[in-house]
Amino acid sequence: MPYNFTVSPDFTPDHLSGWFIFNTWLQRALDEAIHLELFDSFFDQREAIQADQIDLIYANPYDAAMLVRDKGFSPLTKPEGKADEAIIAVNSSSGAECVEDLQPGVKVATTDDPDVHMMGLIMLEPADLDTKNIQLNIRDSFVLVAKDIIRGDCEAGIFLAEAYNDLSSIAKSQLRVLVKSEIQIIHHALMVGPRLAQKKDSLMQVLLSMTDDIKGKGVLQNLGFSGWKAVNEEESEFMIDLMDTLMV
Amino acid sequence: MQNMKPEDIAGEYQEHTLSLFDGGARKVLVTEIESPYPDGRLIVSRTDPAGVITHVNKSFVEMSGYEELELVGERHSILRHPDMPSAAFKDLWDTVKRGETWQGYVKNLRKDGGYYWVKATVIPNVRNGQVVGYTSVRRKPSKKKVEECKALYPTLFNQSERLAHAV
Repeated sequence: MPYNFTVSPDFTPDHLSGWFIFNTWLQRALDEAIHLELFDSFFDQREAIQADQIDLIYANPYDAAMLVRDKGFSPLTKPEGKADEAIIAVNSSSGAECVEDLQPGVKVATTDDPDVHMMGLIMLEPADLDTKNIQLNIRDSFVLVAKDIIRGDCEAGIFLAEAYNDLSSIAKSQLRVLVKSEIQIIHHALMVGPRLAQKKDSLMQVLLSMTDDIKGKGVLQNLGFSGWKAVNEEESEFMIDLMDTLMV
Repeated sequence: MQNMKPEDIAGEYQEHTLSLFDGGARKVLVTEIESPYPDGRLIVSRTDPAGVITHVNKSFVEMSGYEELELVGERHSILRHPDMPSAAFKDLWDTVKRGETWQGYVKNLRKDGGYYWVKATVIPNVRNGQVVGYTSVRRKPSKKKVEECKALYPTLFNQSERLAHAV
């Protein structure tokens, strides 16, 4: 029976094929059958995790606590030099100069990307805004969040900083950043589940040596990564503790 | 803990003597200069179970005005401002020692005598069922909540704190 691998559903469409290429590379490197299952939503992915159907995951930091503490996953690696940061942006013609200029009742476009949404809400707190006094428009992608703001359907939007930077220059010219997070310690990570745990050392070895050969480098390039960096248990626990403080 | 030094202070200051949670005392020098909380940043620190700082992030260093080496190994009360009632910190410790999360608004004292307000969340770090320390994360507070705390905190002072503020 093959092992099951899944990826946090917030990957950018540009990297869809990259994950399939990575999975093919991984199967060859480990000499194991691994099935890549991609989910349309975090809800569907969490259901599969709860049903113990996942053995390897490129996980959203929001799910790290559940994976480690409830489902026995261990951290493996994180992409080198990448951290999840959020942006709150408005229409370039908006009168809002800072978050505190946004008023209760404001319409905010967001996605179901859990860590980005959470970081966005934290950045709205200084304006005394929370889910009780704002109108949230939950969209399927950051491009649709941008469209909501540009069309005037929403006054502000919450973006993954990387996704905002990847917007077309035309879209960005119609938007303005009010605030960008600088948290630096929240990141996605590859995590291994209990059924695949005996392969942890081999997995770590092949992942960390990907940059040693041209093929491995090419696979990483397709994911938009320069390399993997090992994440130890304590580093992972620290991030989980930090996420816990942000969820209240 | 060392007393604050006049040569570190920026601007006119007032002197206070704080009674610390561990029974010690510290002379602090306080100005009226507020440092605004930087947008989008988190101030993060970790302590051992006794409240001794083991880790600070860059934002902590920048906002406190201390060097990282001056902070690690010190008690968290190095940031204690005389306008903060001891009741708030007692509540913090009572809460986290029960294994629960504490959240509140805190006025912190900088090395240069100035201050900054934060919304702080403190959680116990549990490893293999044991509390091995605490993580504290501060974020930008709302002005409205800070104004509420400015009005509330003086009412929470105990008698010695009231006397110290009356001097």
